[in-house]
Amino acid sequence: MPERSGVEVRLENLQRRYGAVVALDDLSLTIAPGELVALLGPSGCGKTTALRLLAGLEDADGGRVVIGGEDVTGLPANRRNIGMVFQAYSLFPHMVAWENVAFGLQMRGVGLAERKKRAIDVLELVGLSRFANRYASQMSGGQQQRVALARALAISPQVLLLDEPLSALDAKVRARLRDEIRRVQLDIGITTLFVTHDQEEALAIADRVGVMQSGKIEQLGPPTEIYSRPASPFVAEFVGLTNRIPGEVKFGAVEVRGTQLPMVQKDVPSGPAVALVRPEAITITSNGDMSSGPLVGTVIAVAFLGATSRVTVDLGDITVLAQLATSAATDHPAGSKVKLALRPDPVLVDSHN
Amino acid sequence: MAAVRRGVQGTRRLKLQVFRIIVFVAAGLFFLVPIGAMVEFSTRGVGDQPRTLAAWQSIGTYPDLVAAITASLELAAITTIAMLVLLVPTMVWVRLKLPRLNPIIEFICLLPLTIPAIVLVVGLFPIYNWMGTNFSDSILTLSIAYVVLVLPYAYRSLEAGLASIDVKTLTEAARSLGAGWFTVMWRIIVPNISSAILNSAFLSVALVLGEYTIANNLLYNNLQVEIAMLGRANAGVSIAVAVASLLFAFVVLVLLSFFNRGRGRLQLVELQQVMRTERG
Repeated sequence: MPERSGVEVRLENLQRRYGAVVALDDLSLTIAPGELVALLGPSGCGKTTALRLLAGLEDADGGRVVIGGEDVTGLPANRRNIGMVFQAYSLFPHMVAWENVAFGLQMRGVGLAERKKRAIDVLELVGLSRFANRYASQMSGGQQQRVALARALAISPQVLLLDEPLSALDAKVRARLRDEIRRVQLDIGITTLFVTHDQEEALAIADRVGVMQSGKIEQLGPPTEIYSRPASPFVAEFVGLTNRIPGEVKFGAVEVRGTQLPMVQKDVPSGPAVALVRPEAITITSNGDMSSGPLVGTVIAVAFLGATSRVTVDLGDITVLAQLATSAATDHPAGSKVKLALRPDPVLVDSHN
Repeated sequence: MAAVRRGVQGTRRLKLQVFRIIVFVAAGLFFLVPIGAMVEFSTRGVGDQPRTLAAWQSIGTYPDLVAAITASLELAAITTIAMLVLLVPTMVWVRLKLPRLNPIIEFICLLPLTIPAIVLVVGLFPIYNWMGTNFSDSILTLSIAYVVLVLPYAYRSLEAGLASIDVKTLTEAARSLGAGWFTVMWRIIVPNISSAILNSAFLSVALVLGEYTIANNLLYNNLQVEIAMLGRANAGVSIAVAVASLLFAFVVLVLLSFFNRGRGRLQLVELQQVMRTERG
């Protein structure tokens, strides 16, 4: 079994350019020992570059990488003691599963008998010891990624790096393997950086999520905070669904279609602005006048999502999404007239639109 | 209805089988008749005398011929090794670090294909003249020219091999596990492109063993030059050597095809196992 090996990881003012394109713009991030941080962001935001600089697969133009108090910025990838699982299937095709897992141990001079035993142990950890003698081409995608995880863990690395390891898998396998990665990470207590563009994955697995844009971390915090108190309109819109509803800022609050909502930001100048309202903060009410009003509209679609349903309502000038319990949504089929109510949760305001 | 369909399918299968046999026999005749004629000629007795293997047996008695065979085999080995040592790491490095250079490398490697051998000789002559005076006039220096000559064929074969694997990810995975660059090449890349390496090696060997123009014009006696010279003195021995070199190339090709067939069978077994796993 790999030993518990959580260490602190610090990325300090990392910079990376590709010609005129700035991939990382003074990025700093500290990961506590044993913590799992997910970097989340759209393609090209720099999340994979940050991970590759930490792995030593690319050189930084500026800044430092510190692992367990040691500056490893100048160290090549093969001397960093980092385990990595890649987005693409990366098992060595000419080796069976246990040989793949034992490869890193062989590089560290571990004898054949010992490395075979340890490889089987780690394969047991990911539930694949019975596939020890199979080649990559004899395994499914999910099994290959689990072997890749075992291979990364077998060398008892100081840090585990996961570069979108689930993106090539189908939804069911993805959810199962995601939970398995988290279980193994908690079992071993290894410091982990997980890079993904899938918000659901990041929110489900991470202790903290860093949302990145243009080479910078826009917001870093626990998943609940990222979702419920986004620090910027970009974070609000990237993480989860958001309604952009025009309103007006006055007296420290934003008035949206006749409803006063508190604001997350302070010091927003008075005047027109757009409030970013989560679909679950919108409910359907049966009180009051249903014939007219700023929040009276017509249901144009109901999307069944399981326990909840997403209702699309046309308010005349804009269309908004409301997320309701399915039992409540079934009372309002497409074509029915409804009146919406906005829950008075603090909302983010975009005054630069 | 089903019986009629089965009957039509059976007839179609039979026709296909007959067509295959005809193609196989025609291709076999196309290749074997000239070789058979050469064997017949090389075993012909003088005048009314019966058939004899004298020409074949006397191959070893021509010291120049033996030296030329040895030199050609050495040239084939040196050229193949030099080509692989030069080309495999370069192609891998370009793929990993300088992918933008790929079209340029491809252009350079394919260039010899567009230059006739006789034109190449005109360019090579002053170089070999200088080398003969200042460095060495050994026939083995021909391997430098031969490396250039085999580049297009070797490049195409290796390129196909490298395109069939994810070089970048495999390399990075091995590096992250502690492997140095030499280990990455030797333990990860080479085993996964072994078929391509074998193919390119075979092409190089075949090309070097069959090369005449450059050696003859640069005044070196390799196998083909010696066969041509011998043909003027003793046609029977010359043809016997030509058949022997053809058979040698044929044996190498058969060995290679068996190796590839083995891999093909393995891949089929792997595919079946995956399908069984997914059904389970």
